[in-house]
Amino acid sequence: MVGAHPGRLVSAREEVLARLRAARDAGGATSPDVPREYRRTGSHPPGSAAAVARLDETLTDYRATVHRVADEDGVSAVIARVLEDAGATTFVAPPGLPARWLAEVTARVRPDAPPLPVAELDRVDAVVTGAAVAIADTGTFVLDARAPDQGRRAITLVPDHHVCVLRADAVVSSVPEALARLDPDGPLTFVSGPSATSDIELDRVEGVHGPRRLDVVLVGPR
Amino acid sequence: MTTTDLGMPTVASDPHGHLRGTETFPVAAHRALADTQLRQNLGHATRTIRAKRAAVVGEVDDWEELRRAGECLKADVMARLPELLEQLEASVTARGGVVHWARDAQEANRIVVDLVRQTGADEVVKVKSMATQETGLNEALGEAGIAALETDLAELIVQLSDDRPSHFLVPAIHRNRSEIRDIFLREMPDVDPDLTDEPRKLAMAARAHLRRKFLSATVGISGVNFAVADSGTISVVESEGNGRMCLTLPDTLITVMGVEKIVPTWSDLEVFLQLLPRSSTGERMNPYTSTWSGVTPGDGPQTFHLVLLDNGRSNVLASPDGRQALHCIRCSACLNVCPVYERAGGHAYGSIYPGPIGAVLSPQLTGISGPDDVNASLPYASSLCGACFDACPVRIDIPHLLVQQRAAAIDAHTRPTAQDVAMRAAAAAMATPGRFSLAERVVKLGRLLGRSGRIRSVPGPGAAAWFGARDMPPPPAETFREWWARTRGGS
Repeated sequence: MVGAHPGRLVSAREEVLARLRAARDAGGATSPDVPREYRRTGSHPPGSAAAVARLDETLTDYRATVHRVADEDGVSAVIARVLEDAGATTFVAPPGLPARWLAEVTARVRPDAPPLPVAELDRVDAVVTGAAVAIADTGTFVLDARAPDQGRRAITLVPDHHVCVLRADAVVSSVPEALARLDPDGPLTFVSGPSATSDIELDRVEGVHGPRRLDVVLVGPR
Repeated sequence: MTTTDLGMPTVASDPHGHLRGTETFPVAAHRALADTQLRQNLGHATRTIRAKRAAVVGEVDDWEELRRAGECLKADVMARLPELLEQLEASVTARGGVVHWARDAQEANRIVVDLVRQTGADEVVKVKSMATQETGLNEALGEAGIAALETDLAELIVQLSDDRPSHFLVPAIHRNRSEIRDIFLREMPDVDPDLTDEPRKLAMAARAHLRRKFLSATVGISGVNFAVADSGTISVVESEGNGRMCLTLPDTLITVMGVEKIVPTWSDLEVFLQLLPRSSTGERMNPYTSTWSGVTPGDGPQTFHLVLLDNGRSNVLASPDGRQALHCIRCSACLNVCPVYERAGGHAYGSIYPGPIGAVLSPQLTGISGPDDVNASLPYASSLCGACFDACPVRIDIPHLLVQQRAAAIDAHTRPTAQDVAMRAAAAAMATPGRFSLAERVVKLGRLLGRSGRIRSVPGPGAAAWFGARDMPPPPAETFREWWARTRGGS
């Protein structure tokens, strides 16, 4: 047991670990079995029309604007319209964004290759990305910084308007199903609606430091 | 009730940072209760959040199963804490991060100050973090000539008004919208003089105030919500995007975490990412959760430091029951449902950990030095109604810990205080039916005394100390036992 006033003869690491070992042994070192009786599969099958419909509801509930299209052929027209409606003349795209999503877009694309400086990102009007997975129960999509159609974290953070394309096959019902699909090694960002705060009288208001406008293009049959 | 001396060091308070106030809870609460504006603000905010929480918890049909899993996951972490920390250290190091260990608040602050100095920066942007509030990092940075800019809206409000945080989630919960507008008008140099108190306008003012700072910051400082031992993944759960800014744009990221914030595996987050947002902001999911592991070439800070903080946590871990307080995920649900917190507010607790969980965590982190230790008064800041346990997403038995900490506080006394005498007298009175019946009849005499409809004092050893902070409703004309003897429950 290392004392409380050791004269710093041992490293903090050794001392903290020694204290914690002694404390753990004194307080009990038996691990309980963790009951996993909660639901690990969602109420709707991944990619199902019901899961996509629930995602539409939960996204809308948190002030994202949802646009439904039946298949990927419809994506570029929606992106074009959404950017135009927002008055966006420039947008940043991650290096691997599918070209067909931009076929009808008239706003000028700024590819993030080589990476744009932050000041430059601050001047573009919008960003268009895909997503790794979406969670219908919570109205969340997850961006994987290492995925070519999602890109490094800064590009979905600094521009004030985010347009995210979600394919039905990326939609799951529950949080456990989503985490099982994700790689914890790379930077991930879970996004549920535009930036918001509950800091004034614990009421939620949208629009603080992250993108204040969030459009989601949901691709899949109804 | 007795407590066992486990031979653990009880470290003096000063190196602990902001875990102890300067006056006892009853004294501070008395003053807070006289502040009608404070009570209005807290009442409004806690009512709002209680309703939101109830609605989103109600839509999860496996909520109890999730709570039980969360409880056992945390108990498992405590039983394996040293090994999990070594595993986390190895995972973070393997992915390019640098891990530091701190015995107490002072040491953690010194590590962070040195790391910032090495970068040459004289300003840092901060994500709201209880750990760095606990250590008093901002003051330490300030003394070193480094400006620490709080970027969470509520934390910014607290910082601009030179105030203290009063809630885990919303440190400025004690302020209403018009007070916030006044603070912004007074303290933000470039603010629009026509700023209204509309929450959206206030949020916009904060965005404008911080935008340039975010885009030019070179050092970010954060806390941790969950750290995954086997993958080295750190997560920060937030709303505004200020967290993303601090975690993404600077060249250097310094993250301070209490050692208990660890979970064994990535899939364990499936429990906590369901429990935390619904319990905390009453949302199905908070707007942003960031996770990262070490350093990622081409994305985000290229230098990452993780500071692991003990600061009394080993004291808490040594107590078989008391260590439950380390299970806390800082959601603040127990604050929002607590009738004492709702009325007294967070500042009355002295420690930066207020509310029911703070009342059992703070005295354990600091240890109780004796009868004059203000933290010894915290376990009494409760009516033991049990609402905190019902709300706790990881099922911490806070009422049990409150009682246990009361006993510990009494044991810390070298001489009995008036309150000890009163508590022992009460225990003696309740020990046998005969004595209890006698006590009831004595209390009935209070009907003659309570002209104001409240009993403000009664004679007897220790009673003055007890009634110094409490009134008692007048007793009924007939005790339950008398009524039962007369009617046998008939009418």
